[in-house]
Amino acid sequence: MNKVTLSKTLKIFTPILLISILLQVNPLYASENSESANNDSGEEEFNAGKMILDHIVDHYSWHVMTIDGKEVAINLPVILYHKGQWHFFMSSRFDHGHSSYKGFKIAKEGPNNGKIVHVTHKNGGKKVERPLDLSITKNVASLFSAAIIALLIFLSVAKRYKQRTYKAPKGLQSFLEPVILFIRDEVAIAAIGKEKYHKFMPYLLTLFFFIFLMNLMGLVPIPPGGANLTGNLAVTGVMALFTLIITLTSSNKNYWRHTFNTPGIPILLKLPIPIIPVIELVGIFTKPFVLMVRLFANITAGHIVLLSFVSIIFIFTNNIDPIAGLAVSPVSLLFGVFISLLELLVAFIQAYVFVLLSALYFGMAMEEEH
Amino acid sequence: MELVNPGIGLIFWMVVIFGLLLLVLGKYAWKPIMKSLHEREESIDKALKSADKAREEMKSLQADNEKLRQEAREERDKILKQARDKQNEIIEQAREEANQERQRIIDSARKEISNEKQAAARELRETVADISLKIAEKITRQELEDEKKQHKLVKEYFDEIDFR
Repeated sequence: MNKVTLSKTLKIFTPILLISILLQVNPLYASENSESANNDSGEEEFNAGKMILDHIVDHYSWHVMTIDGKEVAINLPVILYHKGQWHFFMSSRFDHGHSSYKGFKIAKEGPNNGKIVHVTHKNGGKKVERPLDLSITKNVASLFSAAIIALLIFLSVAKRYKQRTYKAPKGLQSFLEPVILFIRDEVAIAAIGKEKYHKFMPYLLTLFFFIFLMNLMGLVPIPPGGANLTGNLAVTGVMALFTLIITLTSSNKNYWRHTFNTPGIPILLKLPIPIIPVIELVGIFTKPFVLMVRLFANITAGHIVLLSFVSIIFIFTNNIDPIAGLAVSPVSLLFGVFISLLELLVAFIQAYVFVLLSALYFGMAMEEEH
Repeated sequence: MELVNPGIGLIFWMVVIFGLLLLVLGKYAWKPIMKSLHEREESIDKALKSADKAREEMKSLQADNEKLRQEAREERDKILKQARDKQNEIIEQAREEANQERQRIIDSARKEISNEKQAAARELRETVADISLKIAEKITRQELEDEKKQHKLVKEYFDEIDFR
């Protein structure tokens, strides 16, 4: 595919491109341009799977778009600790993964694919090591942004609450109040009970709004959004871990009795082979594990489906004909819009489910004997 | 696979950021928000309750008012009735007194009349006696002028007297 056809196609696509910006698929297009630009050398064909994966994993620099083959990206700080030494430098040193710096480079394959490794050539052999990597990656930067946005929103709302304690909510406050009350009444009180829900409210509210915010930011294509935060196991895993820790620290005697000596179960299931206690014990850890995987899988799946619909255009354009690509684009975009809207719903539902299940686990851990 | 191989850095930063967010929001956002919500709900609850109470009081007040009015009405009726009774009584009494007075006047008039009548009768009797005496005197004198007649009269008187 030559450059002339591409620019022609792009011209036709411009209105659709504009719409697609509104439809939050812009980064894909940007990336696709770079892919196509790479195609000029004839080295790479459009690979939907690779492109999609590239969009949902973490990066050391924050790629925004490519204009005329020039990449517009935010360079982020790399923080490494290797062999007793700290290394700080900007991700621009890697030149988008093309070059190495101080022996560090971004691995292109293997188990550390996409991550910084330290390569030393010794005795003709290659020794690949993974340094302790605390870099401010795209996800970390997005995480910071999410935290700052959350702080701005909720500190200002809290201020409003302090000023207007006995008055009706106003502005942002009135927008958030139903959600706060929903979390309190339908999640915390329903799952934990009226006596003990108080001390879990800060965690549940933070969790819900942070997940929801990150989900929404994942749907916004431009920085500070665009990173697939809640579609990353590190993010969901840490939150699940918090839930696990809080569950365990707030558990009472009854919880552990139910775990190791479940009442109402035939003694043969407990002794001599402790089937039920083992299942219960494993259950303690599978619950947060499932929390982690559910959120990750739902958000990642949404992103993959959305990107897939848009990829169809390029698959048609590259493999059949630009006209076919054009023909299929309205359908693609329509589905893209549909999936985007669905993702808005999923963003709320998954945040809700995560919080509801966390609250249920807290409630179970604190259940009294009856 | 990269997708299920999260970086340690992201885990570290997530722990730090989420932990800090939890602390800061917990202390400076959720605590005042929950407190304020609780207080507002409590105050609304209290306001509703006091409104209910006020309505209740209003109702009882109205009932009281109605009762008072009823009592006042009864009192008024009673007073009116008493007044009417009193009026009738006074009229009755006045009539009675008037009757008695009239009776008394009539009686005294009657008595007077009778007294006058008796006095007149007495006077008349006296006058008649007087006149009769004078007439008798005159007649006697005339009669006695003639001897014969005197004898005759004496004879008549003697005749009249019974000597047995």
